Amino acid sequence: MASIAQPATYGATGVSNQSGLWSWLTTIDHKRIGVLYGVSALLFFLGGGLEALIIRLQLSSPNNDVVSASRYNELFTMHGTTMIFLGVMPLSSAFFNFLVPLQIGARDVAFPRLNSFSFWTFLVGGIVLNMSWFFNEAPNQGWYGYAPITEKAWNPGRHVDFWILGLQILGVASVAAGINFIVTIFNMRAPGMTMMRMPIFTWSTLIVQILIVMAFPAITIALVLLSLDRYVGTGFYRIAAGGDPLLWQHLFWVFGHPEVYILILPAFGIVSEIIPTFSRKPLFGYSVMVYAIAAIGFLGFGVWVHHMFTTGLGPTANAVFAGSTMLIAIPTGVKIFNWIGTMVKGSLKFTTPMLFAVGLVSQFTIGGLSGVMHASPPIDTHHNDTYFVIAHFHYVLFGGSIFGLLAGAYYWFPKMTGRMMDEKLGKINFWTTFAGFNLTFFPMHFLGVAGMPRRYYTYGSGSGWSFWNAFVTLGAMFLAGSILLFVYNLARSLKHGEIAGNNPWDAPTLEWAIPSPPPPYNFAQLPLVGRRDPIWWDKYDKNTGHSHAGDPQDLSQVNEVVGHIHMPNNSIYPLITAIGIFIAACGLLFNDPRITIGLLHLPILCALGLITMVAAIYGWAFEPASDPEPAHNEPGHHTEGAH
Amino acid sequence: MSATAVDLTTAHGSGTTGHEQPPHSGGHHTSMGIDSRKIGMWVFLASDCMFFGSLIATYLIYRGRAEELFLSGQGKGPLPNEILDIPYTSISAFVLLMSSLTMVLALSSVQKGNVRGTRIWLLCTALLGSIFLGGQYFEFTSFHHEGLGLTTNMFGSTFFTLTGFHGFHVTLGVIMLLSLVVLSFRGGVTQGDAINVEIIGLYWHFVDIVWIIIFTLVYLIPYKDVPTEGAETSMRFLHSLGVM
Repeated sequence: MASIAQPATYGATGVSNQSGLWSWLTTIDHKRIGVLYGVSALLFFLGGGLEALIIRLQLSSPNNDVVSASRYNELFTMHGTTMIFLGVMPLSSAFFNFLVPLQIGARDVAFPRLNSFSFWTFLVGGIVLNMSWFFNEAPNQGWYGYAPITEKAWNPGRHVDFWILGLQILGVASVAAGINFIVTIFNMRAPGMTMMRMPIFTWSTLIVQILIVMAFPAITIALVLLSLDRYVGTGFYRIAAGGDPLLWQHLFWVFGHPEVYILILPAFGIVSEIIPTFSRKPLFGYSVMVYAIAAIGFLGFGVWVHHMFTTGLGPTANAVFAGSTMLIAIPTGVKIFNWIGTMVKGSLKFTTPMLFAVGLVSQFTIGGLSGVMHASPPIDTHHNDTYFVIAHFHYVLFGGSIFGLLAGAYYWFPKMTGRMMDEKLGKINFWTTFAGFNLTFFPMHFLGVAGMPRRYYTYGSGSGWSFWNAFVTLGAMFLAGSILLFVYNLARSLKHGEIAGNNPWDAPTLEWAIPSPPPPYNFAQLPLVGRRDPIWWDKYDKNTGHSHAGDPQDLSQVNEVVGHIHMPNNSIYPLITAIGIFIAACGLLFNDPRITIGLLHLPILCALGLITMVAAIYGWAFEPASDPEPAHNEPGHHTEGAH
Repeated sequence: MSATAVDLTTAHGSGTTGHEQPPHSGGHHTSMGIDSRKIGMWVFLASDCMFFGSLIATYLIYRGRAEELFLSGQGKGPLPNEILDIPYTSISAFVLLMSSLTMVLALSSVQKGNVRGTRIWLLCTALLGSIFLGGQYFEFTSFHHEGLGLTTNMFGSTFFTLTGFHGFHVTLGVIMLLSLVVLSFRGGVTQGDAINVEIIGLYWHFVDIVWIIIFTLVYLIPYKDVPTEGAETSMRFLHSLGVM
């Protein structure tokens, strides 16, 4: 592949940025992969938003028929699945990818080609899921796909098959990325960057990745069993065959509850970076914050039954899981007080990122409080499957995750692109989002308490739900407008934004020590870290007499190129491997024609896909990670594994 | 960590205090002084524990369901207590455990720079793994002949899924071992590449350990003794009377 692999050596004379489509397809640069995640996730997110708007149009008045009941089922299923797996998770991945190596002072992640594989596989998973629309067989069983509604007998057609395959592929991508980032954070930190000096965003990434690698196996196995039920005819979830539909719920929520923290912790990490920067003081209670994130991650594995209070597991199980659920409120509350404590007596600057961050603190707290309500089985039983639950989890997922991600977008856009986002539009964007969000989701509490069930595609005119439903639909339109304003601001600032410079916010963490956008090798010389918030230390503290022997010297050297920086080569194999997965998945969806190889009776496409995958993995394993080593040391060269 | 200066030539080159680094892979500075691929494998194995954990949990939850349905007259045999052959599987379990020994010998050889020895022990490990897989193939086909398939009853479904998933792991391991042998002929398994053997060894030992758990849970712990064949009719009769 010598003609393809671009030797990437950066000398003191300047940076040779690669460009063109091929360089994006073969890129293994964590920053470019971050951008790829961000752009594709934003597109999926807009698609999921469109689905939500159609749902709202359908519900805007009683006995409405904008869409059919079966289409409505597809819409709410795909809205949930899309927002979780193709919206919030990959948007968080965009930040992990772009920021974690910068924050820990590394040149890239531990396994750059595996990182590229994760992205392309994620994209394949998203395509497989959304491909279903074109066959008029979109998933229709709800995002948590309860058995036995997913069984062949009750759900013929390929609706569920698209969903199973899409999620399995996304799981592969997530676990691969999880392993990659855990190793990166453990092993690629710059000299002096101890674990307890890492920025909180990196900490939250670490915990999230641990959650991913430990939680995704449960849903993978649950989906394997479901596939066997559907494709082979076993009875894992069929009562008649001795199976138990509740097994699905257990396996699903053993994954599903940690998943909730997978969605929210990155946003917590983001605001934990933003609030100190704009309060002009270090994070209050750093170590307690770290322990709180870890505690949330740990407890997150022991609360799944609170999703199943109404399934009749008995008072003992319900009481134990009610207790563990209430426990989670403690570390979460700790974090909220840490953020407030950071702002107390700070010189607050309400820039757009800060507004969204404070927005998260206030709005997530509302969702958190209704979450504590649902820790109580009697209250949960009353609210179960009503719009109150919808209101609750949109307060944590939109008021939490999306607010955090928007805050992060405004905060790090300058680092990613070299230009500032428009502040004036940004502030309008915040207030319209804040208003639209509350107009849309707050009345859902009323609807829920008034008994409106989720997932019913319409309601009668005598139900008393008409006014708030019409109101919510208008709120949703308004909210959609503010999201479009965000997209407009992104596009406009990309071209016309003010030039940002290295550190426009005077922020304390390492990513702000290097140019915006960063050069491909990030740090010309790896930083030596002696403190948390190294830039502030470098700039404000070290000349005030608090200096100790052995304290780090100034950070300006990180941008001085000395000698040659040798980076690993681009690779096409991760993309080819992902394409192999796509072809194999198509084989499982489009069953004919078939081929017999030895004992296997496979759809031709499956065989083709598997062959492509295996060939690409071997090409990958035997491809040199970089050009032959020059005589001197080469800091940028990270060895990679084929795993 | 000898954090002396922000210097290009030492930033990654130093920091290997107290840790002997092989010249090629893993020769670069890492925060923990351990090759990244090795940590990656450990994290993967942690994840794999959850894969097996979910399947084993499924197996345990459904243990006894086939017998219950059979006694109630709705289910079909064969049931585990009449079909599992413990002596036979003990032998193949022993073969698999011995392959851990040859894996250790392979690693020891490569660390001493003995390429030929490495090749021999890797091949031995792959061979023992293949014997185990052959044994599993034979076991599966004989079960099939006795009428137990993936969809026959809950025992068949959980048994084949769990042991099949494990067999899939062994197969992947054999493929990786053979790839290492091929790589050794291309000069890719020298003393400096011992880490490759070590990482695949970690995987291999993990798969062995999981088999000890599966073997215990699936084969060794006794199942409810449900008389079939002749006793079947009277059993169902008693059940219909509500006696059993």
